[in-house]
Amino acid sequence: MREREEGSGKREAGRAEAEDLGLSSASQFPLPASRFPLPAIRMVGIDKSFGAIQANRGASLEVLPGEIHALVGENGAGKSTLMRVLGGLMKPDAGKVEVNGRDVTGWSTNDAIAAGIGIVHQHFMLVPTLTVAENLVLGCEPKTRGIVLDYDQAAQDVRQLSSETGLVIEPERLISDLSVGEAQRVEILKVLFRGARILVLDEPTAVLSPPEVRELWTVLRRLREKGDTIVLITHRLDEVVDLSDTITVMRAGQTVARIKTSETTPAEIARLMVGREVSLSAGKRVQPLGRPIPAEPGRGLTVQNLSIVGSRGIRVVDDVSFNVKPGEILGIAGVEGNGQTELIEAIAGLRPVAKGQILIDGVEITRRSVANRHDAGLSHIPEDRHRRGLIMEYTVGDNLILGLQKHFSKNGIIDGGRVMEHAIEEISTFDIRPPNPLLAARTLSGGNQQKVVVAREMGRTFSVLLASQPTRGVDVGAIEFIHQELLAARAEGKAILLVSAELNEVLALSDRIAVMYRGKLAVVMPTADATEEKLGEYMIGTKKGNAA
Amino acid sequence: MNPISFLTQMIRIAVPYLFAASGGVVAERSGIVSLTLEGFMLSGAFAAVLGTNYSGSPWIGVLCGITGGLIFSMIHAVATIRYRADQVVVGVAINLLAIGVTRFFLKLFFASSSNSPRVAGFGGNIHAGGFDNPLLWIGVLIAPIVAFVIYKTPFGLRVRAAGEHPDAAESVGVSVTRVRYAAVAISGILAALGGVYLALDQHQFTDQMTAGRGFIAISAVIFGRWDPLRAAAACLLFAAAETLQIQLQGSHAIPSQFIEMIPYALTIIALAGVVGRAVPPAALGKAQA
Amino acid sequence: MTASSAPIPGQKFSSAPPPWREHAEEALIPPLVALLVALICGDLLILSYGQSPAAVYRLLLEGTWGNAYGFGQVLYKATTLAFTGLAVSFGLRAGLFNIGGESQLAAGGFAAALTGLVLPAATPLALALPLCMLAAGLAGGVVGSVPAYLKTRFGAHEVIVTIMLNFIVLALLNWFIAGHLHVPETLHTPEIHAGVLPRLSDINPTFHGSAANLALVVAILVAVVVWFYLFRARGGYDLRAVGLQPDAAEYGGISVRRVWLRALTLSGVIAGMGGINYVLGYKHYYEDGFASGAGFLGIAVALVGRNHPFGVLLAAFFFATLSQGGLAIHAFVPKQMMDVLQGVVIIAVAMAVPEVTRILRSARRRSDA
Repeated sequence: MREREEGSGKREAGRAEAEDLGLSSASQFPLPASRFPLPAIRMVGIDKSFGAIQANRGASLEVLPGEIHALVGENGAGKSTLMRVLGGLMKPDAGKVEVNGRDVTGWSTNDAIAAGIGIVHQHFMLVPTLTVAENLVLGCEPKTRGIVLDYDQAAQDVRQLSSETGLVIEPERLISDLSVGEAQRVEILKVLFRGARILVLDEPTAVLSPPEVRELWTVLRRLREKGDTIVLITHRLDEVVDLSDTITVMRAGQTVARIKTSETTPAEIARLMVGREVSLSAGKRVQPLGRPIPAEPGRGLTVQNLSIVGSRGIRVVDDVSFNVKPGEILGIAGVEGNGQTELIEAIAGLRPVAKGQILIDGVEITRRSVANRHDAGLSHIPEDRHRRGLIMEYTVGDNLILGLQKHFSKNGIIDGGRVMEHAIEEISTFDIRPPNPLLAARTLSGGNQQKVVVAREMGRTFSVLLASQPTRGVDVGAIEFIHQELLAARAEGKAILLVSAELNEVLALSDRIAVMYRGKLAVVMPTADATEEKLGEYMIGTKKGNAA
Repeated sequence: MNPISFLTQMIRIAVPYLFAASGGVVAERSGIVSLTLEGFMLSGAFAAVLGTNYSGSPWIGVLCGITGGLIFSMIHAVATIRYRADQVVVGVAINLLAIGVTRFFLKLFFASSSNSPRVAGFGGNIHAGGFDNPLLWIGVLIAPIVAFVIYKTPFGLRVRAAGEHPDAAESVGVSVTRVRYAAVAISGILAALGGVYLALDQHQFTDQMTAGRGFIAISAVIFGRWDPLRAAAACLLFAAAETLQIQLQGSHAIPSQFIEMIPYALTIIALAGVVGRAVPPAALGKAQA
Repeated sequence: MTASSAPIPGQKFSSAPPPWREHAEEALIPPLVALLVALICGDLLILSYGQSPAAVYRLLLEGTWGNAYGFGQVLYKATTLAFTGLAVSFGLRAGLFNIGGESQLAAGGFAAALTGLVLPAATPLALALPLCMLAAGLAGGVVGSVPAYLKTRFGAHEVIVTIMLNFIVLALLNWFIAGHLHVPETLHTPEIHAGVLPRLSDINPTFHGSAANLALVVAILVAVVVWFYLFRARGGYDLRAVGLQPDAAEYGGISVRRVWLRALTLSGVIAGMGGINYVLGYKHYYEDGFASGAGFLGIAVALVGRNHPFGVLLAAFFFATLSQGGLAIHAFVPKQMMDVLQGVVIIAVAMAVPEVTRILRSARRRSDA
């Protein structure tokens, strides 16, 4: 194993800083693979909670030096939290963190950077109006004569690092001019510049096109050859299955498996990743009525060849077509970030569409306003009740008429009495607690807040309902309740499009299940045919179908 | 109208704008709204006159002026950065406070509601056209100096990062708080120097003597798209219009009020994007999470 | 569904504090904190003049609320501030900053003066007043519509546009007056023929000499109308929603752009109407510079009044008291002290609002947990 060249002064500075902080043992890089493998990273029994949510529950991770390690799991499995603990962005509530054999539990970001840990975030931390070189040296700028920023030196450093790692990028280019793949290269260069030997990449392929993914893999392989250790956080197993040496699977805050990639199959990984946990609504697969749902052409929700372009020019929804019939629940499963959010927003009227049509009961609504879509019979339970679904400072009563103002006002004046009546009725029907229409929505618990949204959206006249993460952050009793409401609407002949990251929920409620992967509808199948394994494989991309 | 006299007058009119706009660029680039330039200028003017009056030396006056600007800028910084008060509201309040404080101390020290006694200034040689005033030279050079700092020093880089993407800066260990405090302090010092020049040039302080110059400076910052040299060019442009108006005083060709409007109208046009978009630093005015 | 009794509105529930108490705490504590800070500053300033704070404060109260003339002056000044304060708070409720109060007020006053000049002297007040108010509101609305349009069409930030427009409009008005419409040797228009408002002293002679006039009643009525619009009308529901959470408003089918347009324009209308206080009720002509400072103070009033119409009325009264009080104590301490206190109060409230809200909310969360 060759020692990396110590050309750049920055790395000297990084090392010097490390020694100042008493972390001189961190400079024993790299560890040759032939020696007894002291883990580069060893995390044991990590607990971390945020208020009521427990993001990590006894999670563990062991990464050997010089390997590419994939950390796999659905959203909410706890992968990002675990890595934030490692990177010093937060302190664990319990557990131990060891880097290269040294106990570093609870250290700071600066300690972590000095010790050679570099995190490449999912949302790039790059200043768009500055150049590559400027972003790279920010915080540890090379200077001539103490005051002037030595741009030449910075550019030189970038070029040298580029040639060493194969991450080629021109130092003078503006970040805002770069493609996503190029910007990611800069992020990686940034951590390498500060002497990172252990790289953590958080969902690196979420914004890349397939050729860019392959380029990234080439870069990572080269870094591995140089002796660096790489942790890849991902839910797209198809992309890492060739690349990784070891896979750790996380689920619901816990580590469920650690396997050598060569000794497992994608199917097994999928099962481990999406395997059901015990919950009250699990096992209650309500097989709707047992009769096949007749097709009613022109009724329900129809989406045709829908494409939506995202902020960086990539198609976040790619030529999607499907139909939800009246009296049917179509559930879209899939890890978040594959276009589901954008799809729902577009149908709801909150996001423009690049191509394609959306129809409700045969009427095209693709370019209609939100208010117009309400009139056409659309209802929407948004995935983010804090930002979209509720106005936190408004009372429960006022929130219950959001989007319905015109039905509760006459001559431009809101009929306070009717609003109150309506509120009392909905509060009673949906058991919203505390049962006081005058409380600010902000003061209610998550479950009750969601009930307000559900009460409102299902209380209006609609023929199509969009339900996006309808039970996220909701207590068990309320989950049960909301599920019953959805099934009741279904029984009344409404067409319901359900998007949920909870596979249990999708399986329990849907008549048909679709999986979205990378903006495309990977598959649509009747629930009866669906198994966790099959769906999981579509969700992680190892199986690709062509959906009808 | 003599071109030389036009130019010299234009430069003398431009100096306060140049100082204040340069300071404003630094603070706004770091993400802090700088409606306060007017207040900083006024406080600098008063403090300078106070200092010169009691010491007899205009250089002491300059120091006092800088101190005055620093005090007010630190109030602005603490309120907006530490206490996350709304930057526009505090900006307006600082201006009001400066008017009030200068009036109060004008009464207290000089027993007048309108003006201070005459004080010494710089220069004084009529034939020098004002160019024997060292502050004038500093004022002329301040914009290139600020441009150098912003674009060629590490501090300037951090200022630019703090104003565009403070999270990115924090993620590499840059303290955005510290950068912003420094930037606001600089804006306080420079804007105050603009007031110092103004007061010492007129050899006295009069109530509300800045008369909206701080707002013209902000216009220059916006019109110059937050670039120090372009803002300086805008300052010269506005000063030229003002000089034109003064020199054309008798001819009534264009009413003076319309000349007055020019900087403000140009700024609105710049914001509406009619002649290229004036895009402010992305994090301007937002409290840090 | 588990058994739970139907809720009775008004019944107290132990699981959460009554909503009005939370609102009251968050609304009232910051201004009270600011008042405390102002008192301390006032003490310091008074002491620096070698005077006794107690004596000066007593003199202040005597000169403002303690005698009829002073009180009348307070009411007069409060009227103008009420209009500009209502205008600013109305915009803020939609999330928009209208700093153009001064120019909108001036434009409104100018329009009212023109209308009063044009109408024949015999016009009954019942007709003249609404017409003048209409003209004033229209003028203010026109000025207010400029930033409204620039924001919705170009995304131009209203803070800078309104500040710039202040200068432009005031310069324009100055040009009109100085060039064409002024009474020689002055900078004001000729006296109006119609629309003269009765003074408070006409009703009660003890207020003799003070400028308080019927415009005060108009201000209170406008406050009531604004309150009604904001909290009872559908337009107000939409407007507040946009100010609180524009994403949720959009989701709820509200057109954010249209609300912005409406809010800034109406804000200008309200400020414009304030012109009647000076023009119709006091001097009976438009004078260049009468609006000076009223726009910025309007921001202070809106802030201290916590953007609520009735709070604005109280805050306008408070700031008017400070202003008039300065004159009353002038023998002991320069009235300029009040200018300082004004600035101090604003900064103190601006700092207190986020801080107090944060402290109160985390305290409540801890007590719930």
